[in-house]
Amino acid sequence: MTKEERIKKRYNAEKRFKLYGITSVVLAILFVVFLIHVIFSKGSSAFQKTTINVELNFTLDSLYLDPNPSKDDLENVEYYDLAIESLLKVYQVNGLKEEKALINLFSPDYEYEVRDFLIKNPEFINKKTILKLTASDDIDQLHKGNYPRHLPEDRRRINDFQLMMYDKLVEQNKIDKIFNNYLFQKGDSRNPELAGIGGALVGSFFTIIITLLLSFPIAIFASIYLEEFAPKNRVTDFIEININNLAAVPSIVFGLLGLGILLSTFDLPRSTPLVAGITLALMTLPRIIIPCRASLKAVPPSIREGALAVGASKVQSVMHHVVPLAIPGTLSGTIIGLAQALGETAPLILIGMVAFVVDIPSIPTDPSASLPVQVYLWSEQAERGFVEKTSATIMILLSFLITLNFIAVYLRQKFERKW
Amino acid sequence: MISNNIKIKTQDLNVYYGEKQALFNVNLDIHSKEVTALIGPSGCGKSTFIRCINRMNDVIDICKIDGSIKIDDKEIIDNNVDVVRLRESIGMVFQKPNPFPKSIYDNISYGPSIHGLADNKSDMDKIVENSLKKAALWEEVKDRLDEPGTGLSGGQQQRLCIARAISVNPEVILMDEPCSALDPIATAKIEELIDELKKSYTIVIVTHSMSQAVRVSQRTGFFHLGKIIEVDTTEKIFKNPGNQMTQDYITGRFG
Repeated sequence: MTKEERIKKRYNAEKRFKLYGITSVVLAILFVVFLIHVIFSKGSSAFQKTTINVELNFTLDSLYLDPNPSKDDLENVEYYDLAIESLLKVYQVNGLKEEKALINLFSPDYEYEVRDFLIKNPEFINKKTILKLTASDDIDQLHKGNYPRHLPEDRRRINDFQLMMYDKLVEQNKIDKIFNNYLFQKGDSRNPELAGIGGALVGSFFTIIITLLLSFPIAIFASIYLEEFAPKNRVTDFIEININNLAAVPSIVFGLLGLGILLSTFDLPRSTPLVAGITLALMTLPRIIIPCRASLKAVPPSIREGALAVGASKVQSVMHHVVPLAIPGTLSGTIIGLAQALGETAPLILIGMVAFVVDIPSIPTDPSASLPVQVYLWSEQAERGFVEKTSATIMILLSFLITLNFIAVYLRQKFERKW
Repeated sequence: MISNNIKIKTQDLNVYYGEKQALFNVNLDIHSKEVTALIGPSGCGKSTFIRCINRMNDVIDICKIDGSIKIDDKEIIDNNVDVVRLRESIGMVFQKPNPFPKSIYDNISYGPSIHGLADNKSDMDKIVENSLKKAALWEEVKDRLDEPGTGLSGGQQQRLCIARAISVNPEVILMDEPCSALDPIATAKIEELIDELKKSYTIVIVTHSMSQAVRVSQRTGFFHLGKIIEVDTTEKIFKNPGNQMTQDYITGRFG
């Protein structure tokens, strides 16, 4: 081979290598774009809900109330009657079957919506008003264009009468799409239009706080001790190997640990953020210790020597000089460990967080849902409404993870001393 | 010029790194308020030797020292010696300038503050100013004390490290090849400074440059393979060495 040929070959090899690299990057970006597109196209509609405008006349007679009713009185009114009467005034129906079909256009909670409105605004007694009542899941999906209305009647849950009513409502502009406040305010529900991630949000928040409080200080002290103070011998080598192994242990194993020890032996309350937090803290510990040790190790030894040489003690040299330099790596390692914990599902399933919990937890020992498990639970549901809810929850979870990662990058840049 | 006050006296000093012995029966006297240069080929143990004087080798797990080093007749190779107190009185300057990634002021004030040498801010200002003046750096940095020490040039950084070492009022300053990372002009400045400092401090300097040893030191020790071959006044070592090996080394026949 001549020299020319060899040079040409070398350039070609370089070009090929560049091409492989660009192809891989483009592929990876395509996958991400595809993923985000799928999730957004499915999930974005969950942030809106369909409502039906209903004119209600809160006369004292129809409410069977004395003048100047108390709050208790208002709570005990049969709003079902009131609502159905006002509906029947607008839409003439024949027989109980049609009446039931009519009422099924609404979510089962419409009575409570009317009640809550009146309790909040008692000045509307003896007055007429138009309320936006939440539509049922089927109407919601129909209005969002996700419902196969072309199917024959016996194969859909919406019957022809309801379809006719829906079209009439659309014609009269009585149907609206508004921001879905239930998505953030409510806990889980069997009815998709009433299900929200409020419980999961609070549960995940409690969980991650407990994980942070437990794992961060332990990981920091462990890594500082191991890196700066511990003698280098077989015992510390053994500990180091085990930390690396633990970081690679499948998370479900930590779930089993939580189940076996926290729930069975210590009898901690099942399905709670407390147990979830402890379990995830165990899982996160090695994942924080490893980057912390790496950032401590990256501090040049000359800094330690400089401090020791002016008569600083070992602890002073570590605390005054080494740790401040290791802070950016430590913080970003911690946040990325927490982000992993936030998205973890398998261990939470084992400690019972798959339970159907409607109430929003107020303390970490209340049974609760969590975001990733909520995704898992809803993805198993058959109702169409849960499909968009699943994607919406993923969007919210992803936005938290991305935020956490941005915070990690920001902290790293902020604390990194370039001098 | 040659003082007869012995500041540091080592007797039968042996140092081991694990299985490997780095120093063999070193007996060396370092005289007060003069500059002692240690020369010798790479790996001969000169750095190991000066790192014994302030017990810096303690940092290395596998390092074992036996023998005796007496400073002002006080034994320091002893587990009861407080190394923090020891290092307060024996400053050290390293091969590569290693200022803390903090401001110039904080670099100097760190030592005095951990030893409680200043009662208030104006005391500390005084210490910082004096240390920088002694290190011949004050004029260059007095207007930018809050700027990072790592932003200075290499030579300035090394003088900052010298200022840091003298900020805690040591009696001895150990210098481990302080000019090896510097250009000739910066080196000349440091050498001038060493000449000035020897009036108040006992200085031990490890150097690879024989001309530097001639320029700055009054006494020179020649190390080879962990043994001290010869120690005498610098004049004698370089003009009329008593040992053939020293002769070969200083004339450049090996090393």
